[in-house]
Amino acid sequence: MNADQKNKINLVVNSETKPYWEGAAKRQLLIRACNACGKVHHYPRTICPHCFSDDTAFVEASGNGVIYSYSVTRQAKPPYVIAYVELDEGVAMLTNIIGCEIDKIRIGQKVRVEFSEAGDGYALPVFTSA
Amino acid sequence: MGINGKSYIVGIYEHPCRAALDKTLPQLHAEIAKGALADAGLSKDDVDAYFCAGDAPGLGPINMIEYMGLNNVRHMDSTETGGSSYIVHVNHAAQAIAAGHCNVALITLAGRPVADAKEGKPVRYYNQQAPDFPFEMPYGPNVTNMYAMCAMRHMYEYGTTSEQLAWIKVAASHHAQHNEHARLRDVVTVEDVVNSPMIADPLHRLDCCVITDGGGGIVMVSPEVAKSLKRTRVKVLGAGEAPKHLAAGQVDLTYSGARWSGPKAFAEAGVTPAEIKYASVYDSFTITVLETLEDLGFCKKGEGGKFVSDGNLISGVGKLPFNTDGGGLCNNHPGNRGGMTKVLEAVRQVRGEAHPKVQVRNCDIALAHGTGGLLGSRMGSATVILGNEDA
Repeated sequence: MNADQKNKINLVVNSETKPYWEGAAKRQLLIRACNACGKVHHYPRTICPHCFSDDTAFVEASGNGVIYSYSVTRQAKPPYVIAYVELDEGVAMLTNIIGCEIDKIRIGQKVRVEFSEAGDGYALPVFTSA
Repeated sequence: MGINGKSYIVGIYEHPCRAALDKTLPQLHAEIAKGALADAGLSKDDVDAYFCAGDAPGLGPINMIEYMGLNNVRHMDSTETGGSSYIVHVNHAAQAIAAGHCNVALITLAGRPVADAKEGKPVRYYNQQAPDFPFEMPYGPNVTNMYAMCAMRHMYEYGTTSEQLAWIKVAASHHAQHNEHARLRDVVTVEDVVNSPMIADPLHRLDCCVITDGGGGIVMVSPEVAKSLKRTRVKVLGAGEAPKHLAAGQVDLTYSGARWSGPKAFAEAGVTPAEIKYASVYDSFTITVLETLEDLGFCKKGEGGKFVSDGNLISGVGKLPFNTDGGGLCNNHPGNRGGMTKVLEAVRQVRGEAHPKVQVRNCDIALAHGTGGLLGSRMGSATVILGNEDA
């Protein structure tokens, strides 16, 4: 098994999600904004879940946020950290916290986006201590 | 049109098996239907409405109605809201009966996750076409770590402790010791719970429910049919159901949809939390119970930890006896869907047919609450309030 296969994550790339993953491949964290009501949302949808307008577009997020909550899946080998991160733009996303000492992770901790290789040239947005 | 007093639960059945290696899924549904109808004193030809959820194979009601030979069905409902489905079904059956669409409604749940795993059958994967799937599944969410994040945040905001959560399991185990069918019958202590292996911080193994096969069924009828039967009837007083979701990216894991389903049920029943003598509360994990009790108004938000401590949920000891069958934490969580068994034990309590060691005295009004999906984030909540004839 080569490194690319080992790190491969089965991403769902379809007409609605493709721009998101292409952005991530370019190390951009994209969220969806509505041109009609001006609000952002996540996960991204073509129809705005705030006002139901179809005038929505991807915008790049700052990549900064704070940990809203997290948990360490201890039974996995190696254990991994799942978290909801609240982005500075005001939306939360499910993600992983990487590159931190697991037992020092705290709610309210400032984090910033990183990208882990997902195979086939894609990358997965994850977060690490800011 | 309200449902208060317009339908009765007259038959229930909980399958005694906890591992169903020698039974198929449709067979379990049919055995449960047979048991519930026998309990009611009705036959399959009396059934004119059938309810099932996503656990039923194929096209749900279509396949099961054929398999069981139900020939007089004129109303069907296959609402799927995970483990809360069966309490939603009770609500919908009550509405359908009140509207005159049917007189005898049968609800069944069955599952065989233990047997399926032993047979090497793939677990049912969450639908890849679900819109959240592409953006969440790569991060390794599972039921335990997603509920664990609710507990972690609740602890952060309100100072809830692992020891307080443990009391919920302790209470369930006190009840389960009297249930000969319970998957786990040993009484455990707070220390046992907090010293059990950490599964996903801060939830330990004993904060998690059991995995079992089996299922359960309910027969609901109109007041006219109920009066013609010998069985002690349990009146449906009120019900409520509510979805809760991430609202375009706004996360708050400290409360559940019970915040909305509960008040609807209480208002319709015309009762308050203080009048509830017994509560069946969905207990996939200890945190599920704690948040739900707060949201239903049994205590103030954030005070659930204090409320569940010191045996307050133990029948004969505390103020709010809960899950006297041992609940999902100790007795049964058939098909990973616990809403059904919550109704069954509430019915036993109102009938006065719970185990004598856990029967609540003068249990005239009881509540059953179901949770489906992921607590706090993407979930269904359903509440039903039941009473005796005088309630």
